[in-house]
Formats: sequence, structure tokens, C-alpha cells
Amino acid sequence: MFRTLDQETGETLTVHVDGRPVAAIADESVAALLLRQAAPWCRTTPVSGALRAPYCMMGVCFDCLAVVDGVPSVQTCLTPVREGMRIERQQGRPDVTP
Amino acid sequence: MSRHVDLLIVGAGPAGMSAAIVAKRHGLRVLVVDEQPSPGGQIWRNIENLAGTPRAGLLGKAYGEGAAVVGRFRASGADYEPGTQLWHVEAGAGARAFLRRDGAASSVRAGCVLLATGAQERPAPFPGWTLPGVMTVGAAQIVLKSSGQIPSGPVWIAGCGPLPLLYAMQLLQAGGMVAGFLDTTPPGRSREVIAALPAALLGAPGDLLKGLSWIARLRRHVPYIRHVAAIEATGEGGLENIRYVTADGRDATVEARLLLVHEGLVPTIHPTLALGCRHVWNTDQDSFAPALDGWGETSEQNVFVAGDGAGIGGARAACLRGELAALRIAAKAGRLSEAEAEALALPVRSRLARALSPRRFLDRYYRPRPAVFIPPDQTIACRCEEVRVAAIREQIGASRPGPNQVKAFTRAGMGPCQGRQCGYTVAHVLAAAEGRSVPDVGLYRVRPPLKPVTLGELAALDTMDALS
Repeated sequence: MFRTLDQETGETLTVHVDGRPVAAIADESVAALLLRQAAPWCRTTPVSGALRAPYCMMGVCFDCLAVVDGVPSVQTCLTPVREGMRIERQQGRPDVTP
Repeated sequence: MSRHVDLLIVGAGPAGMSAAIVAKRHGLRVLVVDEQPSPGGQIWRNIENLAGTPRAGLLGKAYGEGAAVVGRFRASGADYEPGTQLWHVEAGAGARAFLRRDGAASSVRAGCVLLATGAQERPAPFPGWTLPGVMTVGAAQIVLKSSGQIPSGPVWIAGCGPLPLLYAMQLLQAGGMVAGFLDTTPPGRSREVIAALPAALLGAPGDLLKGLSWIARLRRHVPYIRHVAAIEATGEGGLENIRYVTADGRDATVEARLLLVHEGLVPTIHPTLALGCRHVWNTDQDSFAPALDGWGETSEQNVFVAGDGAGIGGARAACLRGELAALRIAAKAGRLSEAEAEALALPVRSRLARALSPRRFLDRYYRPRPAVFIPPDQTIACRCEEVRVAAIREQIGASRPGPNQVKAFTRAGMGPCQGRQCGYTVAHVLAAAEGRSVPDVGLYRVRPPLKPVTLGELAALDTMDALS
């Protein structure tokens, strides 16, 4: 849905999205990374199972929730990527235990 | 041990940074906490990394102005903790704030608290607004500022206000494509707001001319549809089509992968609502704001608000409101006499009046259309709990329920965003159906935690300290 600007040459690092290695750019948020993927959504809702993608990108709407390094319901728009980070799209109700 | 500071500032945007600079100048111990990873707020997001780069150039002059303020803030000596959320705050002789950062909760005692928490985009529900592929204009601009990303295909932009115009210009400049611009400003506005024009022209002629030139340029380069009265997004698992209807009945459906929407800003008031501060209704801005004295102090002692959280005024006004609050807080702490604070405030107040002079015109010209406040019945009002407008309407009967009753019966407002997206919609739907005004109906009662906090994080809180 989004792409990086041609002029951008940020330092890249590797994260894992649903177990697949993905190149990320240093300092970008997890939500921004997800918006660049072929499947640009981050979770299904616990109520109806509908797909949701990041909406406000500023920590207000809580639609960008995903599982990050085993922690469920992380606000990905407020979470910068880190080398080796494991990101999983959140399916419905999150589990309390990983 | 809980830390103790003279002034805790929540938010490192224009208001928070300006307040910190002034407070440090007068010798206060200052801690600034902010949710984002770097200072600047939403308007100057990521400015430290971008200043002087081509991306800062395409974001424009107003964005570049942030570099100097962030530089002064960094040099001020104020303690600064990014990546920190405020989840509870208590007022009184000594205010107390509860924070979470890096997976741990902590508390801070402060002589005064300045809430410089800014604004959020006004929730603007329409059928299909929860589909992947529908985002706010502000969100797309944040992605550009903080991650250097633009939409990969042609994008539809729908909305009302300066931000959609500014973002469309930035996007074109960055090599992006605008499929079409749906201007949702209702017809007849120029005539209605003519009385407010002279003040705006006198105070900020450059800004108004800039806005007009953006509109002219957009209308030359992209399909520009005026007076759009209704929008609907449809698709299976993601946006596929946008249907729009104009005020004169033109009904069209277009294919789309990404729709960006914006219907103005509203002050962030969850912290002041939780504190029990008195709030007032701003008719021109269709929103609540905390009642403040001339320095920005709320009805709760030692709790101040500055910036767009005090009412939408823009970055320049936010800086000045931050300075005023800091002067009063320095006087309260005995670092300035009342007379000295008054003298220092005088030129700031006159600059503030000038910075706010276009506001009345902008607010009235860009007041959202009625459907933004009362969307069609099938629209999801509460994104978190997927409660539709129809379900809220079903609660309305002889008992004339308020938002808290509707919340209990429908779960609207009970999800993780805690009513930040549906509060105004519920208030407007109830007010219209019950023949009441929105300020009379009011918003949900706000209770801590203001942001979700885990048991693991709470376990890090020093309980002996919390009891003391």
C-alpha cells in the first residue's frame, strides 16, 4: 500500500513478519513496515474477525495492534523496528501466555 | 523511589518543548515525557533526522521551523524521556503522574504538571472506514515524516481543512500520485464566514494565500470534486471502491486501494477528563477543551494545559501557550515575582493573539458537514467493539440514556482506545435523538489507566512508594 521514497537509503536490518524475514529500515515503526507489505494489515478483530490495518499512526486508535516478540496487543505505530524483531499479525483475541 | 521534579511536562511537541525551555531558564527541575521516539510532536515529527534533507524540503517551511525549537529544547537541560506513556495522573498540592516505559511502570511527583498532549484527528466515521486501505491523512503524513514512505499507487484524499491540501501538495512533490480529491467542505461557506476574514487576512495573510494557491494547483493537476456530502468505502478484506455523493446529488463510484480522510482536529482531553478538570464546549471547533485561565491553568490546582490540547491553534500558538504556562509555573515556584511573570508574559500574549487571529475564519470555514457527526445507521461508531450507529440509536428511549449508559449496554467505548474514536459520535447521536445539546450530553466518564498497562509493568511499581 506504501513504498519508500526513491531518495531514501536508510540503514537496513532484518525482522521477521509471521516467521518470514523482511528487510526493515532503521528507525521506522513496525506499523510503517507492515503498510509496505503485500498484505498491509496487522490484525483481525476479536469481535467479528475483520481485517484491520494501522489507521491513525499516532497511538490513538489501537487498530495497529500486533504481537511483537511474543507480547500481544503492542501498538506497532509507537514501536520502532529492532534487528531480529519477531512480528506476528494478531489473530482475534490475543492469548495471555505466548 | 519516586522521583520529584518541579515541573512534569507530558508531550514533547511545540508546547511542551517551549515550556521546558522557559522553565529551565528560570531554574526549575523539569522532566519531559513523550510517547514518540524523538521530540517534535506530530507537526515536527522526526525533524532531528530530517533537517536539511530533501525530505524536509518537500515537507515545507513550517516543518523546517521545528529544527530550531528542538535544538533549543535539547540544549535546555530539561530531562527528556521518549517512548513513555502517561497512564494515570493525580492533582493536588503535589501532583503525581504514573508512567510506563520499556515494560515498567513508575511514578513521578511534581510541583506542577503541564499536559501538552496536543490533538488527535477528529473521528470521522462513514460506512467502511474500518477497512484496510482507509487511513487518516495525518497518518499518511506521519508515515512520510517518520518513515519516508508514500502511497505506492494513486490515492484518493477526502476531507476538509488545511491538512488534506498540505499533504496532497507534499505527496505530489514527493513523486506520489493523487487519484482524486474529494473536498467535503459544505457549500456556501465563503458567504457564511466573510465576517471572520479581515482578522485572518490581517493576522496571517501569507497562510491564507498559501492555502488558495494549493487549491488552485490541485485543481489543475488532479480530479477535484467539491461539496462531497457522503462517502462510503467497500471491499472484501480491504478497500476496493469508494462511493461518493455530492451536495447537488451527483453519485459516483470509483475504484481505489487507498483512501485518506481528514475532518479537522480535536484536543486530547482524556487526561484532563480523568482529573475532573472543568471543560467547556467550543462551538466553532465542535469539541470540548479544558477551561483555562490566562496562563493555561485548569480548574485543578497545579495542572496546566498548553498547545492544541487547550483548543486547536497550531504550532506557533502552541509554543506561545507553552511559554505562558511555564512563566506562571516559575512564579508559583517562587523563581519569579508575579510582576516579573506578568511583564515577561506581555509580549508573548500579543504574539499569541496574532498567531490565533486566523483561527475563527479557519474553524468556521472548515466546520465539518453534519454527516461527520451523525453518520448513517450502518456505520461502525466504535471501531474497537464494532458497535454500529444503529445499535446506539436502539438504546434511545424514554429513559434518555447518556453516554455511560450506552457504553454499559452496547460496549461502545469499552475497547482499548477507550472511546477516543467513538466518544463524540455517541454524544452527537444521543443529542440529536433526545433533543439535547452535545455539551449537555457530554462524553464518557474517563477512568485510569489512560493507556493499557500490563500486570508485569505494574509489578515494577514501587508499592511502598506508591502508598507513601
